[in-house]
Order: sequence, then C-alpha cells, then structure tokens
Amino acid sequence: MAEPWFAARRALSPRKRLILSILSFVLPLALWSAVSYSPLLWHPEVLVSDPGSVSYFSAGMRVDKKVFAEESAKAQAAGLPVPQGEPTNPVYLPAPHEVAKAFYSAFTTEPRRSGEKWLHESLWDSIQVIFWGFMISSLVGVPLGILCGTYDAIARINEPFIEFFRYLPAPAFGALAVAILGIHDAPKIAIIFIGTFFQQVLVVSNTTRKLDPALLEAALTLGAKRLALLFRVVIPGIVTDLYKDMRILLGWAWTYLIVAELIGTSSGITWFITQQARYKNFDNVYAAIMIIGIIGLATDLLLAWLGKRIFPWQRSV
Amino acid sequence: MSENPVSYLDQSDSVRDRFTRLRQRPVVLQVNNLCKQFDHGGVQTTALHNISFQTHRREFVCVIGPSGCGKSTLIRILAGLETASSGEVLLDGQPVHGPGPERGMVFQGYTLFPWLTVKKNVMFGLERMGKSYGTAEAEARQWINMVGLEKFENHYPSQLSGGMKQRVAIARALAAQPRILLMDEPFGALDAQTRARMQAYLLEIWKNIDVTILFITHDLDEAVFLADRILVLKAHPGEVQELIEVPVPHPRGPGCLLSPEFLATRAHIEQLIHPPAEESYSLSEEHLNLVRMVKVGDAVSTVF
Repeated sequence: MAEPWFAARRALSPRKRLILSILSFVLPLALWSAVSYSPLLWHPEVLVSDPGSVSYFSAGMRVDKKVFAEESAKAQAAGLPVPQGEPTNPVYLPAPHEVAKAFYSAFTTEPRRSGEKWLHESLWDSIQVIFWGFMISSLVGVPLGILCGTYDAIARINEPFIEFFRYLPAPAFGALAVAILGIHDAPKIAIIFIGTFFQQVLVVSNTTRKLDPALLEAALTLGAKRLALLFRVVIPGIVTDLYKDMRILLGWAWTYLIVAELIGTSSGITWFITQQARYKNFDNVYAAIMIIGIIGLATDLLLAWLGKRIFPWQRSV
Repeated sequence: MSENPVSYLDQSDSVRDRFTRLRQRPVVLQVNNLCKQFDHGGVQTTALHNISFQTHRREFVCVIGPSGCGKSTLIRILAGLETASSGEVLLDGQPVHGPGPERGMVFQGYTLFPWLTVKKNVMFGLERMGKSYGTAEAEARQWINMVGLEKFENHYPSQLSGGMKQRVAIARALAAQPRILLMDEPFGALDAQTRARMQAYLLEIWKNIDVTILFITHDLDEAVFLADRILVLKAHPGEVQELIEVPVPHPRGPGCLLSPEFLATRAHIEQLIHPPAEESYSLSEEHLNLVRMVKVGDAVSTVF
C-alpha cells in the first residue's frame, strides 16, 4: 500500500495503472469541459441573443467581448434598448456535448450537395487508401528488408539509395504522382507507399540484423543450409519484432493519409473535414478527427491482442 | 602404483587397460597444427598456435585453460563457425570445411529456438536431414525421454529453467547423430547444484550413446570429473601445454571427487594453469591497496 507513485523503472500495481490510464483521457476531457462550460474561463466572445438598438448586431451573432461591452455602454448612455447576450467560446471550439452529438449526427447528416459522400463513405475511402498503400509497401518492403538484413550483398546494393530516398518528403511527390497516376486514388496510394516503403525496408532490415547470431550458428551445426536458414531461422526468429514494427509503421502510414488525400481530387476523411470546416461545422470536424484517432488506437489494440494469439511463445515471456 | 604420495600419472591396472584399449579405437577427430591469428586494426594477435591432438571414438575430452587461451576459438573452428589461419581439422580422416550436422554443438547460451516447442526444437536437425515429420517426431520423443523432459515436450524454451534448456540443447544436438559433440562451457551459466546434476546426466548419456565428446570448461573439477583425457592450454598464445590422461576410474560418482587420483590430477592442472612462478604477482593482488574508507572513531573498527 505504501508503494510509491514514482519509482524509476518499477511497474505500478494494476489498479494504479488503470487509474492513470483512465485519467490520461479524463484529464484533457476535464480541461476541455472546464473551458467550455464555465463562463469565467476564457469565453472571449459574446453570443448575441437580442441585438437591442445596435444596428449591425443580429441574434445568433458572435462578437468580441470588448466590442459588445462598448456597444452596450453606448446604448445605455443614449437610453436606447441594450443588446443582450451571453459569453461564449469561438466557433472553432465547440463544447464536448456538441462534439459527442456530432459523432452521431455527422453520420446522419445528408451531404449538402447530391453526389457528395456521406461520412461513412468518406471514411471507407480513406481506409481503402491506407490499406492498399500499406499493403503494396509491405508486400515489397518486408521481403526486401529481411533480405537486406540477412545478406550483406543485398543490403549494400539497396540500402545506400533507400537511405537517401527516405529523406525526400513523400508529399513532394504529389504533383508527380498526379501527373503519372491521374487524379483519383492511385496517386494517394502512391504517396502512402512512398511515405512508408523506404522507412519500412530500413526498419525491417534493422530488426533482422538484431536476431541473435548464435541461433544461426546453432542452426548451422544442426545441418541447416541456405534457404532453411532463411525460412526456418531468420524469419520465425524475427517475426514477433516484425509484427511490432508493422504496428508502428501502420501508424506512420496514417499520418501520410491527410496529405495524400489532398492530392488530385480531395477525398476521404480529409475531404469531409475540410468541407465541414468550410461550413463552420466544427463539431463535425472534431468528431471526424477523433474518429481517425479511435480507428488508429482500436486497430493497434486489436493487432496487439491478435499478436498474443498468433505467437504463443511470447505469452509466457 | 606408489601408495603415497599419489601422482596424477599413477594409473590403476584397470584404468591403464582402459587407456590402452581407448588408444586402439579409431580416431574420430584429428587436429593438425591449427593456428589462428586475429587482426585488430593491423595488430596481429595469435589466439591459437600449433594446436595438434586427436580424439578416439567414444572418448570424452575436456579442454581447459586460463581465460584468453583461445579455447572458445578452438571449438568454434572445430564446429566450422570460424576458419583457421592454418592447419587442418580431419573428421574420420576427411578434412572439414564449414559447419555441419556431423559436428553437433552445445553452446553456453542454450541457443534454443524460442519460437519452437521443446519437441520441435529437437526435431529441427532431424527435419534438416530430410526425415518425414512422423519419423522426426518419433525420434525426437525418444531423445526427449532420454533427457527426462517428456512432460515438457510442448513447452516453449522460455518456460524452462536453465538446466532444462541445456538438456533440450543436448538432446537437439544428439538427435542429429553427430560423430562428435562439441560443448562450449555448456554448464557455465548454471548454479553449482544444477551443474553437478547436469554433469552426472551427461556422463550417463555419454555411456549409453556412441558419441565422442569434446567439452570446453574453465572449471577444474568439472574437467577432471568428466574427462578421459584433458587438453590443457596456456594463454598468449594459445598452445597445448599438456594432454593428461585422467586416472580416476569409471563409473564416476560424487564420491570420486575426494579420491586421491582426483585430487592429484586436479592439483596438477591447478599448478599448470596457475603456476607458482606467478605467485608473487597474485600475492600482491591479495593485498589490495585500499584506503580505509571508514570514519575515524567508527563504531565497528574491525570485522574480526
């Protein structure tokens, strides 16, 4: 019970860990709620409910607190009806309950124009772009990374160039990708690919090199030869670390999504966000951003859970 | 057969008989003038110099020497994991190049495949030999039984203790039916009790299987307890100092650790590895130049 909260590299009790994990979400939410619901905090604007005698005010308008105070004083001095209103936050900071409502309403709001996509359709587009970009990258990148990590010759002929190419920012290839691949999903997938692939090869080859060489030596003294060495020792030996790498890399792929979707015809969740921001539906904007976060976290947790089932020898470690 | 004092050279009739028969057995491993130089940024160091010896079939040879005598380098060259600078290694008269299953190896660090169960680990070499899954599995089971781990055949290495892991490693190496089993300080990481038990196990296994064992250790008791002959190396450069025939009769049990033959052999090797000439050097190390790090007037002024 007297266990300290701060001890270097010591695990806390499960209860304390749970409390802190919950707090890590509750604290930002509490801060957001405080700013949103207590009129004393921030609230730099006034939402006009009755314009009174001020000619350019109208009901539902947001005006700066100072302007509102000046106009109220002027009206009072002149004996004219005083404008009414209550303090509010700027339109770009909706309250938590509004965003919470938007989680539902964003899905049920019909697009403004026919032919535009619903939120779930936009999301599905985004997920497809991520999936194909990451899939194509992995299909080439993972085998190449493993070969680079296993055979010095393959590493030497590939890695210097990849090392150079990974510093070229993926979004810089946007215009080129559109010129070559058209304006639809292909250039977007290409951006995700460029953003993921070069890192992936280097990360995977590095992971492969970390395999304990004694395992390869043991396999050699047991009669393993070339291909058996690769398929029976190297690949199973790194597969758990590889899986962790892939989870991290998938997170990186998501960060390229927003840029990728602005290329060519803007689409997917990014299109939805920019569109909603244009209509000043900031509650929908927040909801959409959070949906990305939720999808990302949920995928990662799912993969972590799956990993424990796929690799049983890790369970007891 | 002088009674007192006993020398390590004194062999009882039965022991002398055994060595005569042993020398008549075919030679399994022949090492001729093996040299190994390392190049550290232009500076040449000789790890092994003109090592020559041979082991006979079903013989148990220990290699012992001070740290830096190149005993690990030697066994790695024999296993084919490193190449010698000169000299040759013959197995059954044939020169060997590179690693191969006919020279099985047990490492100090266990090196079990963590993603395979005990059974699959033991099957690894059998499957590399091209045996079918069923045959490999049946044979693996026998080897696992032999090291007494049948209850653990579906466990992963991370679920086993150090001694159990090393038993699996021995079973795995033996399953590939090597001509010679190379063991590189296999019990070095185990606690004293487990090590003693593993030594007894190993002798038991060796008695029942047609295998020649070359065993590296830095533990004198271990070497004398296990070996038929002991190859004593000296350091800088690593050279053969003496090849000793251990006069302790078989079968060996815990009782033999106090037998006069055992003690005499042990004392002789001790003296080879830590010669009295170096005594003055080691003596100065015993009296470390320590400043007393206690406060003046400290409550406990001396530990005695």
